[in-house]
Amino acid sequence: MTAKEMELRKKQEVSKGAGEGTRPGPVFVPAVDILENINEITIFADMPGVESSNVDIDLRDNQLTIVGRVEPLEKEKEVSLYKEFNWGDYYRQFTLSNVIDQAKITAKMDNGVLRLVLPKVEKAKPQKIKVITA
Amino acid sequence: MAIVRFNSNPDERSEFDRLRQEVNQLFNLFTPGADPFFSRVYPAVNLTEEGNILLVRAELPGVNPESLDISVVEGKLLISGERKIEVEDEKTSYHRREREAGVFRRTMVLPLKVDSGKVSASMKNGVLTITLPKSEEVIPRKITVKTT
Repeated sequence: MTAKEMELRKKQEVSKGAGEGTRPGPVFVPAVDILENINEITIFADMPGVESSNVDIDLRDNQLTIVGRVEPLEKEKEVSLYKEFNWGDYYRQFTLSNVIDQAKITAKMDNGVLRLVLPKVEKAKPQKIKVITA
Repeated sequence: MAIVRFNSNPDERSEFDRLRQEVNQLFNLFTPGADPFFSRVYPAVNLTEEGNILLVRAELPGVNPESLDISVVEGKLLISGERKIEVEDEKTSYHRREREAGVFRRTMVLPLKVDSGKVSASMKNGVLTITLPKSEEVIPRKITVKTT
């Protein structure tokens, strides 16, 4: 099987008004995959250029906020000759419907991809109820 | 005969050229979708110049550096590779699936001759940086005038 050819998608900017930044420059919406199994919710987010120390994950009530700050790689002495994409921070917010065990959240940055694992609390996991026959 | 503007030296690039480039970029930023120059070829690249070095950068999050193939052939830079995304078992359901996987191949014409033997590449936080030192032939050389 031959693999699918990738197509470039323009980086989508966060609409103005939603979480206005304090730093100048564009803020982009990272592409995400959200997966769920009985134990946890896993979020993958593409945030190229973001160092693991520059990721902020905030969970308040059911509101999950992911912020990734990008330190531009281009040095001041560099002159731009041709530009197809802009550097910018990443911002995305989700409302979670499940109850998350906040203490067990793990986040990892690997080669520009954030992997965020949100374990569900025991109560939220579905439990089989046995019907006792009399 | 074509007239070619000499602008290999950034210091000598006219202020007007710079302004035109910046205004074009601004228009492209604010009119998404209406950009006829937006290529659909992955990945997007930025080209910068620092002294005698050209730098090409591309955002390739989650791409294994070992899957990348970079070469310089006849003044063209070729970047190809594959992005793989793990497939989860059937017990996992997807709520959102925006990230793409697949193969890519990008060719870029370099504005200057580069020393293909000295090209190097590095990957950091999903950003690929290719360093292309200019060929000796295109580096401006100062010619001193001898007085007799």
